[in-house]
Amino acid sequence: MQLRRTPLYDRHVSLGARMVPFGGWDMPVQYSSIVAEHKAVRENVGLFDVSHMGEFLVSGPGAAEFLASVVPANVLELAVGRVVYTQFTNASGGVVDDLLIYRLADHYLLVVNASNIAKDWAHLEPLLPATGVMMTDASDRTALLALQGPEAAAVLAQCATPDPRLLPAFSVQQGQVLGADAVVSRTGYTGEDGFEIFVPTEDAGRVWEGLLALGATPCGLGARDTLRLEAGLPLYGHEWDDTTTPVEASLAWTVKSSTEYLGRAEIDRQLAHGTRRRLLGLKMIGRAPAREGYEVFRDGQPIGKVCSGTLAPSLGYPIATAYLPADVSVGQRVQVKIREQMAEAETVRLPFYRRPKRSS
Amino acid sequence: MNDMNLKFSKSHEYVRIENRLAVIGISQHAADQMGDVVYVELPQIGKAYSKDEEFGVVESVKAVSSLYSPVSGTVSAVNAELLEHPEWVNSDPYGKGWMLKLEMTSPTELDQILSQEQYDAEVSSH
Repeated sequence: MQLRRTPLYDRHVSLGARMVPFGGWDMPVQYSSIVAEHKAVRENVGLFDVSHMGEFLVSGPGAAEFLASVVPANVLELAVGRVVYTQFTNASGGVVDDLLIYRLADHYLLVVNASNIAKDWAHLEPLLPATGVMMTDASDRTALLALQGPEAAAVLAQCATPDPRLLPAFSVQQGQVLGADAVVSRTGYTGEDGFEIFVPTEDAGRVWEGLLALGATPCGLGARDTLRLEAGLPLYGHEWDDTTTPVEASLAWTVKSSTEYLGRAEIDRQLAHGTRRRLLGLKMIGRAPAREGYEVFRDGQPIGKVCSGTLAPSLGYPIATAYLPADVSVGQRVQVKIREQMAEAETVRLPFYRRPKRSS
Repeated sequence: MNDMNLKFSKSHEYVRIENRLAVIGISQHAADQMGDVVYVELPQIGKAYSKDEEFGVVESVKAVSSLYSPVSGTVSAVNAELLEHPEWVNSDPYGKGWMLKLEMTSPTELDQILSQEQYDAEVSSH
């Protein structure tokens, strides 16, 4: 299959990025070093090209009711200018994909995973009512940049209107960035303060160059993955698949719907009676990283598999996630089989990392 | 680096001779390709390996790679400091980033592996 390229592909190559296939796209995994890019986001400000992400626009008089029927979030109460994290659930409460829903003045913007664009569309289209809802795939004409880190607001304020510093978390506004029409939200996937900036593909190069000139460090998908894992944020295909539910993923707080939605019966049952497994963090005691697919043991018995694992650059020790039986508590010792060795790990609550509170 | 008289395997390990021992690590090219090295797993002193046998692993943030011995021999020293400083594999692979010292059992195997020139040609053709 021919890998797809974002509008910034040539710029990544000229910056010396190492390009790798990801979800059908040829994407930068790192420019200089994953650890250096990770630290740039934790300590200063980094810029990611995430134009591979999918964007669906949903509008019409029935838009809110339709969306409320396919996700467990409370879409009916999502005010204009607000953003909510949620999941498309299937009939058994499993997760088709996870997404952000943005409510703009005259439509909803849905941001979905690149590797799931076709799957999500095929899931939603048969569920659309005969009239009253319009859904379009705007992925090809939309570029998406993520500006993330404690200095993101100061950098963006130099080139954007309205003033992004006044935008609350999980809020969105339409305005201008470096002369381009932009949708700007105070959201991200790194555990830091930051913004996601949607611009037409033809403006992507100018906005990218302008934000780098203001001091942002270009960051690849490698750092994006270590940042999101430290922040305990799930990634589809790792923590999520069609059989995992939001309750099992320890994300019951995202289930807030007051209406009927696909999979509600099973999710309500899990909320009331509990689940057999749940997603926990693993803090490795030794230095060997636990990797995706490695088996987790308790008292010599296999009890689960690692979903994601890496060295945590901001913490200095290896971390991992795994679905483990519900009777495994936080603070318990388990073992991860790394090659032929049993490596000790302690179960911890997610996230592994929380950003320090800032006075400003 | 030519003054170190390095030789290379096709799987990107180097070997150089120091006090009649084979000093083994991974090439600068391999370290650059992996990115930040975060973990190195090395064997016990006294273990014996034949040429091309796996002796350990090196891990970057994203990937796990096996290490293969470029020559046959018995481990006489391992660089235990790499456990604390895996980043030396990136910053100084031929010096502080060395991994193993082997007492070679078949020194003529050195004639079968790549010279610096042959290795440079090999990696630039890919």
